[in-house]
Amino acid sequence: MTFISILTFILTGAVTAGTPLLFATLGEIITEKVGQLNLGVEGMMLMGAVIGFSAALSTGNPVLGILAGMIAGACGALIFAFLTITLRANQIVSGLSLTIFGTGFSSFVGQKMVGQGLADSVRNSFAPVKLPLLGDIPVLGPALFNQNVLVYAGYVVAVILAIYLYKTRLGLNMRMVGENPGAADTAGINVALYKYVHILIGGMLCGIAGAYMSMITVPSWQDGVTGGRGWIAVALVIFVTWNPYKAMLGSYFFGALSILGLYLQGYVHIPQSIFDMLPYFATIIVLIMISLKKSKENNPPKALGEPYFREDR
Amino acid sequence: MVRIVKRTDLTKRQSVMFRLLAILGALLAAGIFILFLGFNPFRVYLSMLDGSFGSLYRFKESIIQAIPLIVSSLGISIAFRMKFWNIGAEGQIIMGAFAASYFALYWSNLPVYVMLPLMFLASAAAGGIWALIPAFFKAQFGTNETLFTLMMNYIAQKIIVYVQYGPWKDPKALGAGKIALFGDNAALPEVFGIHIGWIITVVLVILVYIFINKTKRGYEIQVIGESENTARYAGMNVKKIILSSLILSGALCGLVGMFQVSGVNHTLSYQVANGVGFTAIITTWLAGLSAPVIVIVCFLFAVLQQGGTFIQTAFSIHSSAAQLIQGMILFFVLGSEFFIQYRLVLKQKTDKLIKKEAA
Repeated sequence: MTFISILTFILTGAVTAGTPLLFATLGEIITEKVGQLNLGVEGMMLMGAVIGFSAALSTGNPVLGILAGMIAGACGALIFAFLTITLRANQIVSGLSLTIFGTGFSSFVGQKMVGQGLADSVRNSFAPVKLPLLGDIPVLGPALFNQNVLVYAGYVVAVILAIYLYKTRLGLNMRMVGENPGAADTAGINVALYKYVHILIGGMLCGIAGAYMSMITVPSWQDGVTGGRGWIAVALVIFVTWNPYKAMLGSYFFGALSILGLYLQGYVHIPQSIFDMLPYFATIIVLIMISLKKSKENNPPKALGEPYFREDR
Repeated sequence: MVRIVKRTDLTKRQSVMFRLLAILGALLAAGIFILFLGFNPFRVYLSMLDGSFGSLYRFKESIIQAIPLIVSSLGISIAFRMKFWNIGAEGQIIMGAFAASYFALYWSNLPVYVMLPLMFLASAAAGGIWALIPAFFKAQFGTNETLFTLMMNYIAQKIIVYVQYGPWKDPKALGAGKIALFGDNAALPEVFGIHIGWIITVVLVILVYIFINKTKRGYEIQVIGESENTARYAGMNVKKIILSSLILSGALCGLVGMFQVSGVNHTLSYQVANGVGFTAIITTWLAGLSAPVIVIVCFLFAVLQQGGTFIQTAFSIHSSAAQLIQGMILFFVLGSEFFIQYRLVLKQKTDKLIKKEAA
């Protein structure tokens, strides 16, 4: 194989592997931007994975599968939102509980589906679709523009989210809720409503990420199908400093790391565990750097993880 | 409209009642779910109890499950008292296990009375260092400790994956990624059929309780948790206290790693912590950071886990049912805290009250 073809091969694999990460990361960005630290990403992904898969398995309809996954993810997020906003429970503990619940839920619901595969009609609907012109660009063309529908959906969601965050009134309001909920409240913004809505959207995206794993990456059911990707997404949010555009690059980069060991097996021997370590290591470096720089731009939302109770002010 | 008012009138007995009601509600909700999936919830619950209390052996198994949860929770509680959100217990356990295993595997000729203390100290040191790293950056630069400690978990896990399939792989395991079993000199002795870790656990519970409630450093930790500024004005060296307390917090979690490799598994694998570090965060929180309550909560969790393993073999109900029920109980108990701290009052009523007071 020539260098170009290896590069194309790796990049294509990186984008495919990075797409579920991208969805989950975008979901967690929305959630954290509104000030809530939801450590239930892995749980919501697993809920989306099992419900999405079983819907696609029983109906044979891929769209219904993805939709069901979205709804399942949103249900998980709703539990988190209800606990942390309405009932004022601790966010970290609630998020971890959600992960425990989601993990148990997916193994329990999925136990009868282990090993079952999706119908060919479902699989075929996620076959790569080559975009005209763009798909012919060397290297980048096949990697970015000859992919399945959800990869394209990932681009669209990331761009829409970035525009929403930085260019719209609503986006500004929601960032204010995440930075200073007290001030947002005074300005007449309904803090609880904003938090609820964005947490639910975040959950939907995590649900899609899970459904992607069970329906496209591994189109047959296996227990714990997300394999810890929810936690990588939590890391990614920091790595890309809460920016949806960077989330694309970051997700594909982490996606590349997750396959590099396998792809390079024949050339150099570096164990996959070393590559698997790098995302977390890189995230720590970023975390330290943003705390050193003290620039306002890249820091976590100020009120991240802090509860907001109007009565306590 | 409904207003939320802070409660001040709740007695201890009432708050315990609220929590019990929450657990009951969770069991009810989970029961409906189990029924929906075609199993009899009563039989599932009863067999879970049977699985964790039904015989002396099963009871011992429940205790063995509770030990790592209790000690990790103790460690976490020290950090949480300072509002230092150490969610890195999982990694600290793994590194403790890693360090202890190093001596068990590569200094395997040491006599048992040297080996065990050495493993004990090594695991505590490794856990302590693993907690010290994020604590240092938190104290020095204000780096977010929640996310930092979370990342440290996965680095620790991947290190073990690396050694398990690489340099530490047992050549006798023929290709399978397994680390060799330890010798007998690296096994914790048993007392009443349970590894001696349970006695150490009892001692640690008492020590941590005394440390937090009766010593100067324990008091300082509590002050920092209330307000870092107050602590600073009072002339405390906040940085030093955070760092040393986090070493202690990590060391306790590291010890858990030694208990698991030396007392239970007699070898090291990357699954050594098996989520204990995460579950312990929840148990610590539910126990209100109090050492004696931690023992009760962790034991209940161990019963759930042990019962879950049992229903799998007894009824071929997937053990994940236990995890599911555990999740539901958590939701209900977390939610019930609200009703312990606050009271819902109809707006009309408060309006009347205000009028009354005005008049």
